[in-house]
Amino acid sequence: MSFLQIQDLTVRLRNGPPLLRRVSLGVEAGDVRALVGESGAGKSMIGKAVLGILPRAAEVSEGRILLEGEDLQTLSPKARRQRIGAKVALIPQDPLTALNPSRRVGPQITDRLVDILGWKRPAAEARALELLEEVHIQEPGRVMKAYPHELSGGMRQRVLIASAFAAEPKLIIADEPTTALDVTVQKQILKLIREMQQRHGTALLFVTHDLGVVSKIAQSLTVLYAGKVVEDTAVRSFFAGPSHAYSRALLAATPRYTDPDGSLTPVPDSVVAEVNREIAAFDVTMKEGGQP
Amino acid sequence: MHDARGHVRRLPGLRLWLSGGWLTLLVLAAVFAPLISPHDPLAQDLFAGRLPPFWETGADPAYLLGTDSLGRDVLSRMLYGGRLALIVALVAGTLTCLIGATLGLIAGFYRGWADLAISRLVDIWMAFPPVLFAILLIAVLGTGLMSVIIAIVVIDWTRFARVVRAEAMGQGAMDYVASARVAGRTRFGTALAEILPNVLPTIVALLTLEMGIAVIVEAILSFVNLSISTDQPTWGGMIAEGRSSIYQAWWVLVFPLFALFLTVLSFSQFGEGLKEHFDPVLR
Amino acid sequence: MTDKIYQLNDLKVSFPDMSRKPLLGAAPRIEVLKGLTFDIPKGEVLGIVGGSGSGKSTLGRALIRLIEPDSGSIRFEGTDITQLTEDSLRPLRRRFQMIFQDPMSSLNPRRRVGGIIAGPLRLQGLDNIRSRIDEALDLVGLPREFAARYPHELSGGQRQRVGIARAIALKPDFILADEIVSGLDVSSQAQVLNLLESLVKELGLTLAFISHDLSVIRRLCTRILVLHHGAIVENALTPELFDNPKADYTRMLLDAIPLPDPDQVWF
Repeated sequence: MSFLQIQDLTVRLRNGPPLLRRVSLGVEAGDVRALVGESGAGKSMIGKAVLGILPRAAEVSEGRILLEGEDLQTLSPKARRQRIGAKVALIPQDPLTALNPSRRVGPQITDRLVDILGWKRPAAEARALELLEEVHIQEPGRVMKAYPHELSGGMRQRVLIASAFAAEPKLIIADEPTTALDVTVQKQILKLIREMQQRHGTALLFVTHDLGVVSKIAQSLTVLYAGKVVEDTAVRSFFAGPSHAYSRALLAATPRYTDPDGSLTPVPDSVVAEVNREIAAFDVTMKEGGQP
Repeated sequence: MHDARGHVRRLPGLRLWLSGGWLTLLVLAAVFAPLISPHDPLAQDLFAGRLPPFWETGADPAYLLGTDSLGRDVLSRMLYGGRLALIVALVAGTLTCLIGATLGLIAGFYRGWADLAISRLVDIWMAFPPVLFAILLIAVLGTGLMSVIIAIVVIDWTRFARVVRAEAMGQGAMDYVASARVAGRTRFGTALAEILPNVLPTIVALLTLEMGIAVIVEAILSFVNLSISTDQPTWGGMIAEGRSSIYQAWWVLVFPLFALFLTVLSFSQFGEGLKEHFDPVLR
Repeated sequence: MTDKIYQLNDLKVSFPDMSRKPLLGAAPRIEVLKGLTFDIPKGEVLGIVGGSGSGKSTLGRALIRLIEPDSGSIRFEGTDITQLTEDSLRPLRRRFQMIFQDPMSSLNPRRRVGGIIAGPLRLQGLDNIRSRIDEALDLVGLPREFAARYPHELSGGQRQRVGIARAIALKPDFILADEIVSGLDVSSQAQVLNLLESLVKELGLTLAFISHDLSVIRRLCTRILVLHHGAIVENALTPELFDNPKADYTRMLLDAIPLPDPDQVWF
């Protein structure tokens, strides 16, 4: 049994079109799965559905989200929050808005430990210092007392990583955690996430649009288009040759600086038309309530 | 997200119709007050004092909404009072808007010393308690319609200046302003053609809000007997007079109060509705 | 006449540092560009690359004089434009144009696409506006009917095409493109880059392309300028820079790019 198992998850705008179309995927304990797709493919929506932070206009209309075999959808909101709080954490995309600008960094890390796990404040602060050292922040004592705007983007992302690992979650959802960073900083942060993930044995659901990043951090990946899974495979076999035409086109469109010709191949219109036809056909089966 | 917007979207239409409807009614009543008023609003009839509105026992059908303690017709006084309220709202609101928005636009877009001067002036201005300021002004200028309008403009232009300045600063940082410069537009041209249209919905919403506020301020000043001369009926004056006889003749107080409430609410809702209606991005 | 469209000599730009402004007195200034000297030959596609805070966008905005430099000089087609006033710049503005990073913020949300493209044309007093709009839309591969749409009705890639159409409608000699593909999906990215490449050839443009990402510009650019902390660390022809990077910082930038290949030794 996977640690996180999503089955036929369908998310819709209320009375509107589906944002996710019967998505199924699993994340094994200690494993890294990448969620890939273009903007609007619904990749962030999956993480939000798991965490129970979907936008107000959206709702889960079908499917199950199993955390260690327990269906989150059947829990009371309070029980659900407790399970999520104890087992799952988030590394957000934008390190600037994810930290409260008017509070010092330290309490923002210890909050989780004190509020959710009931730690005493001094113990939580000792743990936060330890974590900041673990994410290679020099002078952790000074950073604890700093305000977010006094830190660089890379430092803020390190703080958020420390904070995500603070409560020893078994699953971390990373939502494009390096998109806002410079390439050189991105490399350091990815290295750090991988190092922490391996040391703590945490499962990771890594949302990204960058296939280069996927090849470095993940063991398996799910490719999404318009909220539907078009490919679900191991990273090695994906980069050896994707099986779906859309995945192939996406890989071909990803720039490689080592190629002197600079492969700049947009996804061909014929492939877009084909995958759109597939989705339309899938919607028909969904409406009839049949199994695809 | 589109769907969520779709739900809210039906609302501004209804809101625009309801508030616009009341305001239209008010304008018509104000314009035709001399024609439709059943009585002279100033005519006293001490033998017909404190007559209740038409549905109560002892009412005189000639006085639909009853009479006050001096026997003056409440409906007629309300119609004439609405006339004054509307004049104050339109003239004071528009003047306040013109002065405040212009200064705000200059401060927010041109920045530099102009911003420094205008912002300091606004800060100092807003440190005065507004009602005392108004009373002081009226004391100097003397009572009358003109004084009330001047008092409102002098007190309230800062509201526009502050909001428009912030909005213009935000818009000024957008790249389309840089791109207007790349295209060779002058600073003044950019302010007028690029910034103003984007600030306009906010100005319109603020303008209608200000009209509502002007009505309230006029009522407050009338209430403390500092507005227009006492022989002209105003809603605020009626409320002040009705207060003393609230237990014997509630209608003298309640009808103008209700009209005041509806008018102020309609102005603010009308503005919000217009803002949403004319914003291509929200639409 | 010269074959250089731009000649820069010891260009310095600084901004006041408001976060360190003392209670009284002027804020200290941060030097964003620390004396840049380089030329842009006609017909070249110059990539300007660097991390955040490298000064690449400031350099771009100084080139088209949205920013006034502190010292040094910028010559455009032999004319010194370093200190020109807005009025004397206006006739020149038609000849250097800019495409912005975020098309959502650079396209006035209250204007239709046709009006957005027409704006600069009217300001420069050109005639046949309608046909020039159509021509520009044709060149960027958008249907002519798009002239009647608002920016928010378009996709990200389409909006960026409108930004390009607005810039080329004036038939400028030089275009500055500031991070114009960084907000786009890989597929739209490839489309926009291909479009720029063909426009450069077709219209004989000189182009400066600012990017934080070396991987997208190998095909497009003929020469690459690497900036770090406001100074040029490398200025080389594209093949040279990729095959044999001279500066440590360039090598670091290249090494940090994750190739879509699980066999690349990266960490």
